[in-house]
Amino acid sequence: MVDLPRRSLLAGIAALGASACTKINESEAAGSLFKAAEDGHRVLHRALAGKQGLAKEFTRDQRSPTFRGNGSVTVADPFYQDQLAKGFPDWKLEVRGLVEKPLALGLAEVKALPQRTQITRHDCVEGWSAIGEWQGVQLGALLDAAKVKESAKFIVFRCADTLYGRDYYESIDMVDAYHAQTIIAHSLNGEPLPEKNGAPLRMRIERQLGYKQAKYVKAIEAVTSFDQIGQGGGGFWEDVAGYQWYAGV
Amino acid sequence: MAKKHALSTRLWHWVNAVAIIVLFMTGLNISNAHRNLYWGQYGFDPADAWLHVIRFPGWATIPGHYNLALARDWHITMAWPFGIGVLFIWVAMLVNGHFRRDLTTSPKDWTPGAVIASIKAHSGPNAGAHHGYNSVQKILYGGVFGVLLPLMLISGLAISPGAGGYAPWLIDLFGGRQSARSLHFIAAWGIFGFFVIHILLALTDWRLILEMFTGGKRESAAPPPPPQPDPIPAADEGAPAHG
Repeated sequence: MVDLPRRSLLAGIAALGASACTKINESEAAGSLFKAAEDGHRVLHRALAGKQGLAKEFTRDQRSPTFRGNGSVTVADPFYQDQLAKGFPDWKLEVRGLVEKPLALGLAEVKALPQRTQITRHDCVEGWSAIGEWQGVQLGALLDAAKVKESAKFIVFRCADTLYGRDYYESIDMVDAYHAQTIIAHSLNGEPLPEKNGAPLRMRIERQLGYKQAKYVKAIEAVTSFDQIGQGGGGFWEDVAGYQWYAGV
Repeated sequence: MAKKHALSTRLWHWVNAVAIIVLFMTGLNISNAHRNLYWGQYGFDPADAWLHVIRFPGWATIPGHYNLALARDWHITMAWPFGIGVLFIWVAMLVNGHFRRDLTTSPKDWTPGAVIASIKAHSGPNAGAHHGYNSVQKILYGGVFGVLLPLMLISGLAISPGAGGYAPWLIDLFGGRQSARSLHFIAAWGIFGFFVIHILLALTDWRLILEMFTGGKRESAAPPPPPQPDPIPAADEGAPAHG
């Protein structure tokens, strides 16, 4: 019965080949290749742009007539809905984690800080773009006010919305955190943010894709690593679907 | 002995072949994420689209089911060998004379007569026995190297939001990010069209494909060969008709 082992060996090789094909995408080798490619794009972008290279800003007449809402367009939390109806009188934005002076700011306090207004393009990972005028506070100014510690390497945004039963969150590194166009926006086209666009506060990180632009922000957290947050991918879509953490491509 | 295809050409050819196949098929997967194309800076409303794109079936995409994250992983990864390769082959072609010899055209290459002569030369019994590129080849390859490949690369960079940080002018060059995205799509199909013609013609003579591995021999270099003192005895019947 020489044939039997050979046959099963062939079957085994065939099965191995088939599973290799389906598994190659999830293999560690492919994963580290993808990560290297992603890091390469980030390093190249940073090298070419410098840390402060600004994304294009537009004029008012170049804005899109409306601004599409995508992903979460509503928040189920009853407290949120109550606050939305009342204009967010009791909403607090926390700045916490690796900071010497944790903050909890009301919406009026956020609006009283120095403001930046920018008309920028929002690029969804799906391929579409919208242009809107955002107004808000530079994240860097807020981190300075909270005296962020040297040990902080990433800034994590905690959000009020949930998708697929999980809390939305996102994260960026300190280069993007201190970028001039990285703001926590409270207004879109001169009006308070609509619910679909992230009321009362959302992030604008203008050199990355839409899924990085966390909406319904409750807290800004300075951390050394996001390994222990969620599934460790650094963001909701990174965890759920394997999207790239650096979304500048 | 001069090779018909320089080593740089052969290396680039096969690396690029793999890269564009993966880029094209992952690109179709990415296209499925938002199947509308627009002109201008913005675009998200199907009512503003100039083209509603079909949903590309699984057999045409990488991976074989809709997975935007994985398709983007492959696309972003293969963009490296593609992009570096385009720069590499242009430098190599300028240095080794391939560009000047085979891709530059003169006005006579653009005449109908030159096109007819090219087709005859490419389809007759002596196809492949001519030296250098004929007029149609010069125009097609020139269009691929001079227009389609650079357009693919530059429009791909322009679509990336990160490019806004270092080259906002790049987006303006295309008249907006959505225009760049549309041109990226059009150029991809242009390259696909070339790919089909290229493969069909290469399959007419398997030696052409083999030569892209081995390099082949450059049969009689561009300047006419010096007169042979003695005619070689006609040992081979059916020897190549060109001399």
